[in-house]
Amino acid sequence: MPEPIVTLEDVRHVAKLARLALSEDKLRLLAGQLESILEYVNKLKEVDVTGVEPMAHALPLHNVLREDVVEGALPVEKVLQNAPDRDGPFFKVPKVIGGDEDSAG
Amino acid sequence: MLPFDTLLAARDAIRTKKISAVELARQTFDRIQQLDPKIQAFNSTYPDHALAMAREVDEGKRTGPLAGVPIALKDNLCTSFGTTTCSSKMLENFHAPYDATVVKKLHAAGAVFLGKTNLDEFAMGSSTENSAFRTTRNPWDLQRIPGGSSGGSAAALAGGLCCASIGSDTGGSIRQPAALTGTVGLKPTYGLVSRYGLVAFASSLDQIGPFAWNVPDAALLMNVICGHDPRDSTSVPRAAPDYLAELDVPIKGLRIGIAKEFSLDSGMDPQVKAAVDAAMKKYQELGATLVDVSLPHTQYGIAAYYVIAPCEASSNLARYDGVHYGHRTKEPVNDIIEMFSKSRAEGFGDEVKRRIMIGTYALSSGYYDAYYLRAQKVRTLIKRDFDEAFEKCDVILSPTSPTPAFKAGEKTGDPLQMYLCDVFTVTCNIAGNCGISIPCGFTSGEKPLPIGLQLLGPSFGEQKLLRAARMYEMATEWHTRRPNLG
Repeated sequence: MPEPIVTLEDVRHVAKLARLALSEDKLRLLAGQLESILEYVNKLKEVDVTGVEPMAHALPLHNVLREDVVEGALPVEKVLQNAPDRDGPFFKVPKVIGGDEDSAG
Repeated sequence: MLPFDTLLAARDAIRTKKISAVELARQTFDRIQQLDPKIQAFNSTYPDHALAMAREVDEGKRTGPLAGVPIALKDNLCTSFGTTTCSSKMLENFHAPYDATVVKKLHAAGAVFLGKTNLDEFAMGSSTENSAFRTTRNPWDLQRIPGGSSGGSAAALAGGLCCASIGSDTGGSIRQPAALTGTVGLKPTYGLVSRYGLVAFASSLDQIGPFAWNVPDAALLMNVICGHDPRDSTSVPRAAPDYLAELDVPIKGLRIGIAKEFSLDSGMDPQVKAAVDAAMKKYQELGATLVDVSLPHTQYGIAAYYVIAPCEASSNLARYDGVHYGHRTKEPVNDIIEMFSKSRAEGFGDEVKRRIMIGTYALSSGYYDAYYLRAQKVRTLIKRDFDEAFEKCDVILSPTSPTPAFKAGEKTGDPLQMYLCDVFTVTCNIAGNCGISIPCGFTSGEKPLPIGLQLLGPSFGEQKLLRAARMYEMATEWHTRRPNLG
């Protein structure tokens, strides 16, 4: 059997990067599906791209600037209307610093 | 059916007071009430809001080219009324604080909004089966899907539950469902229609466009929704032409490109092929010339798409963190990272997770060059193919979809098979040019299924594209057929 493109470990790592808490069963299933999709996508390797510039999107647009003028913004109530949890005019979240993955330092 | 065959006829009847906007809205909701339990095109409807909008038209407070016309909106367009769910548990209760620019423009043109239509979750799919809420049924055969991702908008129109609808197309999500439901669907050139307020899937590929019963209706909708918007930095500052002007004037010496790369070795339904071949002959009878063109990188289109779109999606969907809006887990968590990860795992469906995983993998350290950068280079080559082809022809003709509508459940087991539905449509999004699907025939059998013809045009070539489509439409009657819904 040829070497797999993605291992279960890779998939576990990617799920962590993507902030998706997935069960072992789900990770296993995804490993198989990602393998077949990446195998298909690997046909891009056949293409000779020597000297070809990458294209991020189809328009010849670069930075679009506007005058630095103050414009209206959404009122705070509208901004907070969909908040899952709030404390007065603030979004409320669980502890940010000191968890297992604290990288705030 | 609704009392009108076209949006323009409905609009004119309201203008000349043959019917009031309120009466038309009522009749439309009666149909929705009667038929949508079977079709399941809508995620939500807003009769009181719609009747109030219609009343404003009847009282002369709102005028415009769409005054009083009932329209359905894909549920990934932000509306300040009702919910904007993207057919995802993540946004099940999301109330957008503002209207998308397209919604604003339609409102200013006098349209009446019926409700929000079902889609594959976050527009990722080709059948609406990835919706967290419902699978929409094809009005031509309720055992079958209407295509996707804008399947709700397509089915609502085909079933006569609205006079026109709006969708979005990232890899074929307007054209493929239009083909599968016997309607007209246009994907405009990237940058022609503002994406402000369209919930982002793949920002460099997404475009909003219309579904209509015929080409003039689509042209009218384009007149309304096009135009530069300072709120979308990729919206192009150029004057939009009147797409209805000269629409019925056939193009003399129309050159139709036929790309050999669009004839598949396998997977092509023979009835679709026959209908498309017949459409080519029809165009020749109408005076068009068929020209051989080559799009040599077409075979890499799906592969490039399924790198670029998931990469952009993984980045765009990072915003769903359970903090500002959207689903938040009710499970106990130790810290904010755990809250993010559990909320996202609970809120997203399988296909969305799959694409976030592909995109995150392809963008992760060590793989970026091999996948994302390479796909972007192939993108340049695909665009170059089109640029060269359009030097020799005005439009390129192909089937829209290799098969007619398939049965619900037929392709859900194998994500890759579902991706291959987009073989004729994705390269247009990759290159950023425009494309339209129009009805060109039906399969034989007890329940005939519509077949779609795709015409592709160069960037900002909508005027000619619509005229070329209209030439065929005026010479055929496929677009006038309606499903029998009892």
